[in-house]
Amino acid sequence: MPHVRIGFRIRFSRKWYFPMPSSPSPVRLAVALDGAGRHPAAWREPGARPRELLTAGYWAALVAEAENGLLDFVTIEDSLGLRPAGETGAAGRPDRVRGRLDAVLVASRVAPLTSHIGLVPTAVVTHTEPFHVSKAIATLDYVSGGRAGVRVKVSLDPADAALFGRRTVPPLGAGQAGTAAGPVLEEFFEEAADWIEVVRRLWDSWEDDAVIRDVATGRFVDRGKLHYVDFEGDHFRVRGPSITPRPPQGQPPVAALGHQAVPYRLIGRSTDIGFVTPHDDRRAAAIVTAVREEQAAAGRESQTVHVFGDLVVVLGDTEREAAERRERLDALDGAAFSPDAYVFAGTAAQLADLIQAWQGAGLTGFRLHPAVLPHDLERITRQLVPELQRRGAFRTAYEADTLRGLLGLPRPANRYAAA
Amino acid sequence: MSENAKQIHLAAHFPGVNNTTVWSDPASGSQIDFSSFVHLARTAERAKFDFLFLAEGLRLREQNGQIYDLDVVGRPDTFTVLAALAAVTDKLGLAGTINSTFNEPYEVARQFATLDHLSAGRAAWNVVTSWDEFTGENFRRGGYLAQPDRYERARQFLAATQVLFDSWRGDEVVADQGSGVFLGDPDAGAFDHHVSQFDITGQFNVPRSPQGRPVIFQAGDSEEGREFAASAADAIFTRHGTLEAGRAFYADVKGRLARYGRSPDELKILPGVTFVLGATDAEARERAHVIRHQQVSGQTAIKLLEQLWNRDLSGYDPDGPLPSVDPLAGENTVARGRASVRMHRDPLATAAEWRALAEAKQLSIRELIIEVSGRQSFIGTPAAVAASLNEFVQTDASDGFILVPHLTPGGLDEFADTVVPLLQERGVFRTEYAGDTLRDHLGLGAPRGPRDGAVVTR
Repeated sequence: MPHVRIGFRIRFSRKWYFPMPSSPSPVRLAVALDGAGRHPAAWREPGARPRELLTAGYWAALVAEAENGLLDFVTIEDSLGLRPAGETGAAGRPDRVRGRLDAVLVASRVAPLTSHIGLVPTAVVTHTEPFHVSKAIATLDYVSGGRAGVRVKVSLDPADAALFGRRTVPPLGAGQAGTAAGPVLEEFFEEAADWIEVVRRLWDSWEDDAVIRDVATGRFVDRGKLHYVDFEGDHFRVRGPSITPRPPQGQPPVAALGHQAVPYRLIGRSTDIGFVTPHDDRRAAAIVTAVREEQAAAGRESQTVHVFGDLVVVLGDTEREAAERRERLDALDGAAFSPDAYVFAGTAAQLADLIQAWQGAGLTGFRLHPAVLPHDLERITRQLVPELQRRGAFRTAYEADTLRGLLGLPRPANRYAAA
Repeated sequence: MSENAKQIHLAAHFPGVNNTTVWSDPASGSQIDFSSFVHLARTAERAKFDFLFLAEGLRLREQNGQIYDLDVVGRPDTFTVLAALAAVTDKLGLAGTINSTFNEPYEVARQFATLDHLSAGRAAWNVVTSWDEFTGENFRRGGYLAQPDRYERARQFLAATQVLFDSWRGDEVVADQGSGVFLGDPDAGAFDHHVSQFDITGQFNVPRSPQGRPVIFQAGDSEEGREFAASAADAIFTRHGTLEAGRAFYADVKGRLARYGRSPDELKILPGVTFVLGATDAEARERAHVIRHQQVSGQTAIKLLEQLWNRDLSGYDPDGPLPSVDPLAGENTVARGRASVRMHRDPLATAAEWRALAEAKQLSIRELIIEVSGRQSFIGTPAAVAASLNEFVQTDASDGFILVPHLTPGGLDEFADTVVPLLQERGVFRTEYAGDTLRDHLGLGAPRGPRDGAVVTR
């Protein structure tokens, strides 16, 4: 048996596995679910179900497939506008998937149908109330039995601001939205950090044992264990406490995506999981170093912050088949697909090689974006996962029943509880 | 019962965070664990109810400057728990209370359209408006609304979401793999809406949901509330304990519909009611007496009295007489985050009535509060309760009921097992769901165009 079998519950334990000296360290795998798949022409592939993208059954089947593959978690993409920034009205392309569902509700809809996999919906922070999102993610944690997380996303698109009509967002200039540094970007990410801080404080605003149901004194709660969060920042104030008791995990994991220094700071300072987009292992090492520096600068060296590499994957039984699939998809779309993340086309074994090589650069996990759903998701769960298992690099059974447990994160103490 | 008897609509209200919900009973379960919601929802669906109903309150209540600890405290997020319940039910409508003050139309429209998709057409929205700065302290946008703006905000909020729901016709997604056309209409979802409260423009990103729009509920009995319901709601969640009051309300509200070009069937009137069952009427009355004393402890009686008196009355004996001092006039500063305190419109007059009642019946503070607050609506054997419910509906005091059990999560079990079959035997309640959507259950047609002529859209 080349792999380590992990057969005990680790909910409250920090050191949750004991790697054998001869064994590679296990890798963590997530998949990103978005529409018909990450490639813009995915919906035109055989096997795609483009007319079912707004049905519960479509999402339930995808998440069930991911859970069958023992994946750590799924992320569910979200955005506020109908089209990406800059592409509006008649100028838009009719051959792209349009329309989506609120990601938190999709995650909640599939939660009762699954039992182990983590559920990490996207929430846009720029136009939303941290109070609402905090209780929504806490509730997702209740309905999933401790499997909720949230990926926070900053919106810099002035068109998104117009949907709400409450604030204006200065245009960053063409092509800058994803890459620009500068005061606007920094301000919006500072706001995101405040937003996360409020959400986290609200999760802690009820101590775990606040509900006492003490018939003798007639008290349902011990009000000494409910706490005002009294956050005051440059952008908002929030009083608290939450209306929802502390979620089962205490603090559901928070994730963010970053391509450059400003979001790396947010990842290092405020999150449990960063999604990053290196295109080779050297760059992966440099990004990990940058995130670790921000983590240290925030005084969080002792905490676990995962850095997951994002990869778009086009899988085939042979390298040639995968390359042909990629070419076919690009031809359908009329352009070579070049997203922020590296696009891998090849076999599951080749992908396992790449994953292990980049893991050596310090990445602790990978978020795979199937180019086509469900095709590439099934290749991940039915080919990549067995390949990694053969190499002793991936679990053969779920070793925990919470997302924090799967990620090796201890259940945190409540910041408001007396030590 | 004749074949053309009115059909009763029934809904299950998840027990709320108030003293109607008895948490001290050994049978009382969690107010927050998902299993409690699953239990109530499955009971309601087993009994062929129209829908499950969730209330909402966005700040923990306070009294005398402290978080109120005598009632159940804490609840989940409405949308999130309803989306999860869609996975464990097939037909039951899923109704959530969502505030129009502490949300924005774009976001709420996305969430309801999503819930309607994920439940295959079972979403309903109880539109409420609150305005207190106390609750607003939890929100970046704050909470204050001037008096004249309150219903105006709700009206405009609802109208704005209807613009968003109606921004998709339902045929725009072509998804033709051969031709490569996914979206047949580049302007799908386009809106441009400018009114005093909202200034929004863009393209809505959730294509039309199975019901087109969620079923709209309005709660509240005020003049503005009635008119708002007549103009824009599909159902009204009300409280009218007696047949006479129910009939008067029913006639009044249904009479307002014609002005908006609507027929009486297009607005259902559903009072929230409580019930206590027993093998005999005497046993039911005895159980009701016990439950009332569980609901109103001595401490709770003092707290409820303070809500009217607007004073600290902690020094009074709940088993003694009413205070001789008068209520403090003006803004209620004792109890915060409670809709009920706003119903005491004339505290001095109410106090005078209570004193007279206490004197006439020789009631202590606790006994008086038990007498004047929240007495159960229907008490009796299953047969007697079924007959009373049916009388309400057949004589136009309501179109059905939103049942509020006093226990979580099993408080509806006995009703489902004993009263529902009797209503079915009478032919006044469905034995199977005839349709799939909540609009089907409520006998509502497809949503029509924006009804409020005052809405300005350009």
